[in-house]
Amino acid sequence: MARDIDIREGIDWTTVWLYAALVLFGWLNIYAAVYNPENPITIFSTSHNAGKQLLFISSTFVLILIILFVDYKVYDSFAYIFYGFVILLLIATIFLATEIKGSRSWIKLGSTFSLQPAEFSKIFTALALARFLSTQGVNISKFRDAIVAGLLVFVPPIIIILQKETGSALTFAAFIAVFYREGLPGIYPALGIALAILFVLVLFFNKFYVVAGLAVACGLFWYMFLKRYERTRQNLIRLGGVFVIASAFVFGVKFFTTNVLQPHQQKRIQVLVNPDSDPLGAGWNVTQSRVAISSGGVIGKGYLQGTQTKFDFVPEQSTDFIFCTVGEEWGFLGSVIVILIFAALLNRIINLAEKQRSKFSRIYGYCVASILFFHLFVNIGMTIGLMPVIGIPLPFLSYGGSSLWSFTILLFIFLKLDAHRSYKV
Amino acid sequence: MFQDRKQIILSFFFLVCGIYALRLFYLQVIDDTYHTIGSTGALKKEVQIPLRGQIYDRNGKLLVANVDVYDMYVTPYKVKQMDTTTFCRLFNITRTYFDSTMAVAKSYSRNRATLFLRQLSKEDYARVADAMVSFPGFTFELSFFRTYPARTMANALGYIGEISKKAYEAQEVEYYRSGDYIGITGLEKQYEMELRGRRGVKFTMMNVHGENKGSYSNGEYDTLAVIGKNLFTTVDVEVQQLADSLFAGKTGCAVAIEPRTGEILAMGSYPYYDPNILSGKQFAKNFKELYRNPDKPLNDRVATGFFRPGSTFKLVQALVGLQLGSITPETFFVCGNAPVKCHGHPSGDLHNGVRYSCNPYFYNVFRKTMSMTSETNPFKAAPIMLSKWHDMVEKFGYGQKLGIDLPSESSGLLPNVKYYDKRYGSNQWKFSNIYSLSIGEGEVSVNMLKMANLAATIANRGYWVTPHLVRGIGQNGKGVAPEYREIHKTDIDPRHFEAIIGGMQDAVERGTVGGGAGIVEGIAICGKTGTSQNKKGKDNSIFIAFAPRYNPKIAIAVMVQNAGFGGSVAAPIATLMIEKYLKRKIERTAIKERMLNLSIKTVEAMAAGANAKPIPVLTPESTSKPTPAAPVAPTKPQKESAKPVKTTFIKPKDENINTTK
Repeated sequence: MARDIDIREGIDWTTVWLYAALVLFGWLNIYAAVYNPENPITIFSTSHNAGKQLLFISSTFVLILIILFVDYKVYDSFAYIFYGFVILLLIATIFLATEIKGSRSWIKLGSTFSLQPAEFSKIFTALALARFLSTQGVNISKFRDAIVAGLLVFVPPIIIILQKETGSALTFAAFIAVFYREGLPGIYPALGIALAILFVLVLFFNKFYVVAGLAVACGLFWYMFLKRYERTRQNLIRLGGVFVIASAFVFGVKFFTTNVLQPHQQKRIQVLVNPDSDPLGAGWNVTQSRVAISSGGVIGKGYLQGTQTKFDFVPEQSTDFIFCTVGEEWGFLGSVIVILIFAALLNRIINLAEKQRSKFSRIYGYCVASILFFHLFVNIGMTIGLMPVIGIPLPFLSYGGSSLWSFTILLFIFLKLDAHRSYKV
Repeated sequence: MFQDRKQIILSFFFLVCGIYALRLFYLQVIDDTYHTIGSTGALKKEVQIPLRGQIYDRNGKLLVANVDVYDMYVTPYKVKQMDTTTFCRLFNITRTYFDSTMAVAKSYSRNRATLFLRQLSKEDYARVADAMVSFPGFTFELSFFRTYPARTMANALGYIGEISKKAYEAQEVEYYRSGDYIGITGLEKQYEMELRGRRGVKFTMMNVHGENKGSYSNGEYDTLAVIGKNLFTTVDVEVQQLADSLFAGKTGCAVAIEPRTGEILAMGSYPYYDPNILSGKQFAKNFKELYRNPDKPLNDRVATGFFRPGSTFKLVQALVGLQLGSITPETFFVCGNAPVKCHGHPSGDLHNGVRYSCNPYFYNVFRKTMSMTSETNPFKAAPIMLSKWHDMVEKFGYGQKLGIDLPSESSGLLPNVKYYDKRYGSNQWKFSNIYSLSIGEGEVSVNMLKMANLAATIANRGYWVTPHLVRGIGQNGKGVAPEYREIHKTDIDPRHFEAIIGGMQDAVERGTVGGGAGIVEGIAICGKTGTSQNKKGKDNSIFIAFAPRYNPKIAIAVMVQNAGFGGSVAAPIATLMIEKYLKRKIERTAIKERMLNLSIKTVEAMAAGANAKPIPVLTPESTSKPTPAAPVAPTKPQKESAKPVKTTFIKPKDENINTTK
């Protein structure tokens, strides 16, 4: 028992307070989102989302206590078992789930309660990845290990895509940051970012212009950045290769967005480029959420005083578009404070991760930060019109039991590991 | 290893956060495209409630219409120092009501209009309009309430009322707001979706002072209100009103069906009350009185009651017996020699049995039916044959809902093998335990709709069509569900019907309907009396019939509670209704007079004695008194999208419908 510590001292209270601030603020905004001045109900009424969210919040206390009192070694030792279990659960979901809005990702438990295993799969993928990368002798820069790590991260989203829950599947892209931190050559994330930029360019401009632009860029690169002695035949071939691959990517993207994507997904991308192309249809969310946020001004309209986020102008108000309510009722100040709290939380997690003596805890910490960041990146980006509409929640703020629980578990497993950081796992 | 990458990753995180903060700065601080909305602060959503659809009878006469009234709203901050006493006198409200409603309005919102007083008549509105100059802050909105020009069919039509909390919370798509009106019972509930129309929504921009700044986005998001669809029912209001008057002072019900189509021609549950007394005004008070009345006028005895069919059920026994071959029309049974008593008449064949409603005859029919098996053990034979019998009787609609277009219909009970097994134990019962089914007593229970349906089935010689009240919806009169045209065939061959139909005609002309009370000149009425036993008091008088014998136009079932023998009260009422429907006039005035003046108190009413209050009637005074709005759940102003239709009351040709003494 000598290794036991007092969890109240070991736990990082700064993170806990940041977490609590976000959850509480989320709850208040969920109430504002469902608040109808014609029919005021109390924030505790469980007939509406706010009251239900309070129940979810209360139940997280139990989860947190369980996480904190379970032996910290469990998360490492059982990582693969958890992972295997969640994979089976994801597969089972395809068959057991009842279809909600076209996706088969919700398992009904009883008559009123349903769970989305996809949300929880991130936690266990993170644990399994941390376990694998912290194994003695495993090195991400080695091709074989990179493949195994890639598979660990790649399998869950494939199954989730089969559940037609593309948004959740996309969040697994967050793990690229973890790979990078653990030694994946920088060229890969850089390539990823370059391709992303190219992707966006293709959406906004004609593909031939993009290819022409690429040619110009290559020419400029050749004459302006390469020194005369570097302009060898070999380098010319290399540059030509890059140009050909990039051009192929451009045409591939065009083909993908017009032929492979479902019509509703195509529209989401289309309205990102031009929200006015379909203001009442697919552009509705984008336009309305932008109007709502914009109308908040500097200090906002005041709590419960929002008008744009009422009357169902913005669908999914309390879930994926909760940031609209923040923007409208709390204005620029409120929105920026939320972003600052998130930034502080990410900063704190990464700094804590770097302090870990065990590689497992550090990698897991990076996983937590990356997943939180990716959700923030996509969710807020979509509400302010910088990202296509992808239905993923804003961590801790969005309404929903599955998402609140999964983010809470994700974070508190890390805090538990951190509390024991003096002991190498 | 790679510690430096921490900085790169964090920088990337912060970079995105920074870009987002800049974007927010642009959207919320610099870009003022949408600040017009932001600075005005209020986008007002105005809901336009469309007129509810009206309900007509089969000849285009109005049964349910709308009357335009005014709802008064108060906006507290606009209210100045005022003479409360004058105000209260003007609207005939108490000071307490004024204070409490005002307090609720203030706590709801000082700047928004709150419902203060519901349903001021047009006359009242005209009376107070001038005086309102001295009471700023009070505004009027046009609204409507339901009115029933024909003053009939209260239970079948149903009423509308404020949506219940349960129904409000149960709605999947949020359409109703609390305080909205919704059909609660009857056709108003069944056809709520059609009647309510589609509500319109109008978004207007307001500035901080609440001034209208025009429609939002050029009305791009507004929707127009669509008036509710009218219902065209199958009811013949003249026959219906005759039934209302004939039932004066009586309790029971009458229902008539057009056999070929299943269209319901009349459907009344009595004691009578005027549906207008449940329309908005004084709803609470009148409803309570109706609810407390020992005769339970709110119970729809036609579709939801539970009664024993009595001797009318013998027709089913005869048909099943004929079909199974246990009897032929010539089968002769001697009266007596049965545990059921006979009323004293000559013994004879099936025709004779129907004509005199001979109990021993049908006891023997059922006994023979139950022994139509090679099984000799009576404890084993009974279940075998009962299940066969049950399957055939079920086809007449017994023990199940017929599917009438009303929200509540009782299935009744048709006992099966399982039922008796549960009661007596498996193989513990035989014919002698169940013989009372033979004459419609014992465990079988029905509502009168099923009995009228039996008459229709016999009239059709073997099939029935789902009874229904609505035959057209909306302008083109389409939209009635196909199940109301569905033909349900029984297992009985058409050739078996003539034997009992002849007996039914004789029953009316020289049989159980005594004194020629059922004879209508020129119309061959085929009927069957029933006298169903009543534990508490005098028997219920039942009569089912159809007419004419060939090519029948109407099938009917009438039940008068505690009126005794079926031929004495139910049969005259039923035949009068048939006469009215087929001849459009009543020639048998003496019988009509007798029925109008006959008053029969139910056991329940007698038990209640002097405590029983009479059924409330519509008083002229109650139409002009405004009803205070419920001081809870204030609603926002509503507006009409169209002018209500002017209506005049249809005076029933037969007076007397308002007296229920």
